[in-house]
Amino acid sequence: MNIVNFTPVTATIGGLTIGLAVIIFFLSNGRLVGISGIAANALSEKDNKFDNLLFLLGLIIGPILYSFFTNKEINITISNSLILLIFAGLLVGIGTRISGGCTSGHGISGIGRFSLRSIVATITFMIAGIATVLIKDFI
Amino acid sequence: MNKIISLISGIIFGVGLVISEMINPEKVLGFLNIFGNWDPSLAFVMMGALVVSSPLFHIIKNKKKPLFTEKFDYSNNKSINNRLFLGATLFGSGWGIAGLCPGPAISSIALLNPYSIVFVLAMFVGFYFVKFFNLNT
Repeated sequence: MNIVNFTPVTATIGGLTIGLAVIIFFLSNGRLVGISGIAANALSEKDNKFDNLLFLLGLIIGPILYSFFTNKEINITISNSLILLIFAGLLVGIGTRISGGCTSGHGISGIGRFSLRSIVATITFMIAGIATVLIKDFI
Repeated sequence: MNKIISLISGIIFGVGLVISEMINPEKVLGFLNIFGNWDPSLAFVMMGALVVSSPLFHIIKNKKKPLFTEKFDYSNNKSINNRLFLGATLFGSGWGIAGLCPGPAISSIALLNPYSIVFVLAMFVGFYFVKFFNLNT
């Protein structure tokens, strides 16, 4: 193991910012952020539909506002074929709904309220993710 | 008011994803590459988020009601079953392939990257698949 590209300061500040969003949403609206649930319910459920859509809109506006006010360009690298991305998207969509949460719902909101179910889910998807990256290296 | 809060919470969450660089799949894949060139940053993102949200959650949940809605409304599902393991394994595998999970994937639509838009569309097909076959938790 070599440690590379490690950015503890911005990671922590970004994490604190995400935690702030979770708490504002909980204190004001009484709900815990889980993005897979918000996204799936925004398009298919009547309950909280408009709230969910606005939250998703915010997720998209956030990076735009950040770029605008800081004058920084946001760069991302996606080094997969389209076919693999479609496959991965299907797995993420199906998997998060079957297990009832993703990195935010289980990993932050669930662990934050000390839910054993979410701790187990988070450990499981982390192990699956690490194993997948390891396997990709061999292919 | 709760509508405005939903939008603001989403914006702050999205900004957090940008500051922490979790919006960049390569950064996330670096975290999952524990046995190679490892980038531990994502662990600090989670810790940062939990340091703020966990203690405040436990204080706020004892209030009678939230500020702008009638009642607290969050999952209290405690079941640890095969569905949880199966779903989390499928999700983790997709996450490990693409380096994208639902939050960063949706935020990255802002960058108009066709690859992330295709990913998000596939993800929504996955959501509908589960709903259609009634596999929801």
